[in-house]
Amino acid sequence: MSPSVRLQEMIRVIRSARTQGEERGLIQKECAAIRAQFRQSDNGARTHNLAKLLYVHMLGYPAHFGQMECVRLIASPRYSEKRIGYLGAMMLLDEKQDASLLITNSIKNDLSHSSQHVQSLALCTLACMGSAEMCRDLAPEIERLLGASDSYIKKKAILCAVHIVRKIPELGELYTPLACSLLSEKNHGVLHSAVVLITELCERNPDTLRQFRKTVPELVHIMKGLIMSGYSPEHNVAGISDPFLQVRILRLLRILGRCNDAASDAMNDLLAQVATNTDSSKTAGSAVLYETVLTVMDIRSESGLRVLAVNILGRFLLNNDRNIRYISMTSLQKIVQTDHTAVQRHRGTIVDCLKDQDASVKRRALELSLALVSATNIRTMMKELLVFLSTCPPELRAHTASGIFIAAERYAPSQRWHIDTILHVLITAGGDVRDETVPNLIKLITTASELHCYTVLKLYRALITDISQQSLVQVACWCIGEYGDLLLKGECDDIEPMQLTEDDVLDALETVLQSHMSSPASRAFALTATMKLSTRITNNVDRIRSIVSIYGSCIDVELQQRAVEYNALFKKYDHMRAAVLERMPVIDKSSPGDTLGDLTGEVTKDSSLSKPVPGGSTLPLEPASQAFDLLDLLGQTDTVPEASHAESAAAPDPAGPSTGRDLLDLLGGLETTVVPSVTVYEKGGVSLKLQCDSQTETAVTLTFTACNSTQNDITKFTLQAAVPKSIQLQMKAPSGSVLPAGGHSAITQTVVLSNPSKTNLKMRVRLSYSNQGMVCQDTVQIDSFPSPAWT
Amino acid sequence: MQFMLLFSRQGKLRLQKWYVPLSDKEKKKITRELVQTVLARKPKMCSFLEWRDLKIVYKRYASLYFCCAIEDQDNELITLEIIHRYVELLDKYFGSVCELDIIFNFEKAYFILDEFLLGGEAQETSKKNVLKAIEQADLLQEVSHHEACIAPSGNAFLTQHSSFLIHEPTLNSHILITRNMCS
Repeated sequence: MSPSVRLQEMIRVIRSARTQGEERGLIQKECAAIRAQFRQSDNGARTHNLAKLLYVHMLGYPAHFGQMECVRLIASPRYSEKRIGYLGAMMLLDEKQDASLLITNSIKNDLSHSSQHVQSLALCTLACMGSAEMCRDLAPEIERLLGASDSYIKKKAILCAVHIVRKIPELGELYTPLACSLLSEKNHGVLHSAVVLITELCERNPDTLRQFRKTVPELVHIMKGLIMSGYSPEHNVAGISDPFLQVRILRLLRILGRCNDAASDAMNDLLAQVATNTDSSKTAGSAVLYETVLTVMDIRSESGLRVLAVNILGRFLLNNDRNIRYISMTSLQKIVQTDHTAVQRHRGTIVDCLKDQDASVKRRALELSLALVSATNIRTMMKELLVFLSTCPPELRAHTASGIFIAAERYAPSQRWHIDTILHVLITAGGDVRDETVPNLIKLITTASELHCYTVLKLYRALITDISQQSLVQVACWCIGEYGDLLLKGECDDIEPMQLTEDDVLDALETVLQSHMSSPASRAFALTATMKLSTRITNNVDRIRSIVSIYGSCIDVELQQRAVEYNALFKKYDHMRAAVLERMPVIDKSSPGDTLGDLTGEVTKDSSLSKPVPGGSTLPLEPASQAFDLLDLLGQTDTVPEASHAESAAAPDPAGPSTGRDLLDLLGGLETTVVPSVTVYEKGGVSLKLQCDSQTETAVTLTFTACNSTQNDITKFTLQAAVPKSIQLQMKAPSGSVLPAGGHSAITQTVVLSNPSKTNLKMRVRLSYSNQGMVCQDTVQIDSFPSPAWT
Repeated sequence: MQFMLLFSRQGKLRLQKWYVPLSDKEKKKITRELVQTVLARKPKMCSFLEWRDLKIVYKRYASLYFCCAIEDQDNELITLEIIHRYVELLDKYFGSVCELDIIFNFEKAYFILDEFLLGGEAQETSKKNVLKAIEQADLLQEVSHHEACIAPSGNAFLTQHSSFLIHEPTLNSHILITRNMCS
């Protein structure tokens, strides 16, 4: 009887089982039979018994009792039994099982077997599941096989060596001397494996890397041979001669050419040749071109070549194949910071990809679009982005909204445009914006003093249409409270006037207060706004009084507290009411608590490829919004208590008269104490101080303050920071980039470090600035950090 | 490559090849989650997706999904070519392969994969060579299995001490017949 039939019969029977339970029953029966047969060591049927067990294992049933049988079969002299035994070993044994060590000896013997097929089995198994101990034991055997004359075994031995090097990097030294000579092989299989081995060795050891740089000419020669050779039926894939080998060689060239001018020069011509001659109508060609582009971008290539590479990516963007579009956007994302102008040329196509059906393509297009926004194209880009926001999948909404805010903040052509944009986002996707949007928007509105009327009218309209978007509601309530008098005046140049009575306005606020859709924060905003209106309107003060007193017995403690305080303001402190509820002054925009700023600092990690930090801060919600509201009551304007410190830009004056200050003292503790700061750098009149704002178990917030005590203004001041791999770094926007002479004002920049693995905090900071036309750069290492003012 | 999975449209696993050491439990969890993720994708979507910290490249051939997990530095497009090459090999071997072939001859599918990829990397870039190697190995298997079945009074070629090297086409016709029955 043919060996496989029994296996196939069993498979057929199991597949015909109609229910899960029936299948389980059949399998249990089979497994019992197999177990019995294993014990009998019946010679003829051993292979199909194990094969049956492997099938059962693939269905998801336990098969560990087959492990010893695998070991036994591997030791058998018959090839058929070895073959299935090794397959079983690869499927059932992994390095975590103890039984895997038992096959080490068999593998060792089989590596010296006279049949190359047996040797091949052993090599395959070792490369698939060899543990570190097994690798150490068998490393010398593999070294011997690397010198084999038979290319069939040689290529497998080389890949086995790759596995060994991955497991035990020190053993790389054992294989390095042989690896060099392997490049002269003609056999493509051996050549391919050799390139993989050299890549692995170079990636792990910088000395080896330097050593192998001298192979660049040889690699270039091999590549040229591949491109220029005519049609070779054996290796041809869609017109490309051995794309697998080409891609691997290009990848090795990338590693060799990185950070090295000589090597990069040597491969410039070749890369240009590959880029121009490769036909990319099929995937194979595109794969080679893609690898070429990656290589060009990573080595020290000349600018003409880089432009060529970006153009290839641009061509990919227009490709019908979605995969290729996705690939090109991924690559463009990597280079958008460094080759910004080149990528800008393809902006139109990228924006079109926002409308693609595929969510991954959309996501890539979004990130690229956000990176490409600049002062010149802000209006058009924003239109596209806003359209995208209304149609994008929900998981992308938050990211889009924050991206839009950042872009608007950086490049807004006018304040009105800025406010309009933010309002549009709040109306479309108010539920997905981050919580700090509200204070930031409020700050923005207060600065645009001539637009107060326009803003409040627009917000009022939005509020009465829809009160479900909480951020919108909060901002609207705040504005109505602040600028209620302007609202009631009703006239404004840029917008259609509305005739409103005081009752209308109070109705709107009461609707928010009473609606079940309002969050507690929104209701707090509404209550405060109602209170503020008591000084801005004339007729309905009693109505306000009654609203406030009703909420004095509200279940929500926050609301209740406010209502009671406002009540007190009406009764006992009525003389102070006007002063307390006066219009707030402009909030200082340059305060270090500006959390929506873009991240301009690049994070440089250990590898030479610097990845741009994605736009969009992820600062956790501070209790600032609540503190903000309390401060609101006092007419104080210091926004975020944790980040402010004595050295920041001039603290805003409290607007209220001295009575306001008395209330301030009541609260106490919110005013800052002087926090210790450490000078980490002082040279040439430029000093950099470091201060720790807050520290938790896994995160630290620091602020850098730079000061200039020379006679000249310093411009283009930037800070870059690098931290150990296990720590994550986030740099907020600096307060500016100009340090005026004489230390009149300083630049501050907040940095958030997240340290989940609690490793030692170390940081390297690079300052660069321009002083009298000279560009200066300096690096300073910080090993010890000052303690925060409070824990 | 970290691993390759083949599964049907109903989510049934047809082949799994792992090149990284993971416990059985972890393998099952990864398989389950990945199968769910890939099956949820619509037909016209991109063949690449980011999953955990890996890049997943998948392609559907008839009723089977071929799914590979590669690392950050690997080239996704060439992985698509690797998948395609594997399918071509299966097709040549089985003659117009379909899912049933892979179900009933799963061990052969593994053998073919092991001649094409080793330790997660391609070992042979020529289709012809891979197929030739498998043919020889199959022949060897038949010879050795036949040896196990027949009594010691076997054919002169097939002594107990024969080395397992292939003696070229002058093989016993009996063996040729058994080979044809099985493939």
